[in-house]
Amino acid sequence: MILLCVVTSLLFGISDPVSSVAIALCVILVYAALGFRFFLKGMRVLIGLWPFLILIGAWHIWLADYHQGIIILSRLISAVALANLVTMTTRLQDMIDFLVRVSRPARWFGLSPQAIGIAIALVIRFIPVLVARAQHLSLAYRARSGKRASWRIILPLVFSVLDDADNISNALRARGGV
Amino acid sequence: MERSIVLVALFAALIAALGLIPKIMLTSGVPITAQSLGIMLCGTVLGAKRGGAAALLFVLLTLAGLPLLAGGRGGLGLLASPTVGFIIGFPLAAFAAGWIMERFQRQNILVMGILASIVGGIIVLYIPGVLGMSAVLGKSLSDALVLMLPFITGDLIKAALAGFITQAIYRARPHLLLSRH
Repeated sequence: MILLCVVTSLLFGISDPVSSVAIALCVILVYAALGFRFFLKGMRVLIGLWPFLILIGAWHIWLADYHQGIIILSRLISAVALANLVTMTTRLQDMIDFLVRVSRPARWFGLSPQAIGIAIALVIRFIPVLVARAQHLSLAYRARSGKRASWRIILPLVFSVLDDADNISNALRARGGV
Repeated sequence: MERSIVLVALFAALIAALGLIPKIMLTSGVPITAQSLGIMLCGTVLGAKRGGAAALLFVLLTLAGLPLLAGGRGGLGLLASPTVGFIIGFPLAAFAAGWIMERFQRQNILVMGILASIVGGIIVLYIPGVLGMSAVLGKSLSDALVLMLPFITGDLIKAALAGFITQAIYRARPHLLLSRH
């Protein structure tokens, strides 16, 4: 992870288009070396970048500054691909452990690492619950109004979150607290 | 203590859920997701410290690799993407919105809610956002700002929504609006 920070900051120092394209190709080759399905999954993430790539590309074609454009584009691709490589090859549990370890200084502000662990677990558990609840609310809205539910479901969603928070904190306290 | 942790965690989950529900298209054709609305609500409902903590928790989990950012993005790659400033700005924005709510307790809650969302969710969020964009893309600050202009309409609407939601919560559950204690 620290290695990633170093490499990425080095990347921003390169101002030669040939070497920056070469680096981008190398990173993509690493993906390819780890198997075909891995390669496909990694590339799908990069495809998410395309609005930016097109925007920047169009901008530089308009300015007729191809040299700078190529450097920026290849730098962007290799930086994102490299960081993504770390995420894809590290298990979520390891990343969370790393976060809890890094957040140890928070103890000085009266926050135990255990509390942070519980908070992380709660977030992960509650995202699917909240998404499902939002879908229920929007279905209910459509059934009654015939219109598409838009922002109107957000208020009941926030209320349900506040009420859930009360119940969960009582449950936590009843089981000995944090 | 337990209540604070649970509220922070659930609001972080709320930010994520708001980013995952299908996005709303404005008549002008600019897509808006409710994610930044979640950030504003963290500040106006939970207050500065807890709201900022909720947004920070959300940001840490996305960086750890959960695909929670609107559009299903996540991972360390975000730190090298043009939107890096906005991601770093999320906790700052929630904190700023919460701080304004706490600072002006006496004023009308609807007006303050909207104002806090505008200052936190637009001004404070756009400063690191535009800085990050110009740094990653190698553009001047004004160019980066022009790229962001189409989103301001949507964000103003979201700020107004956040204000109304905050007011509604204050009416129905006054004791739960932690930014007014």
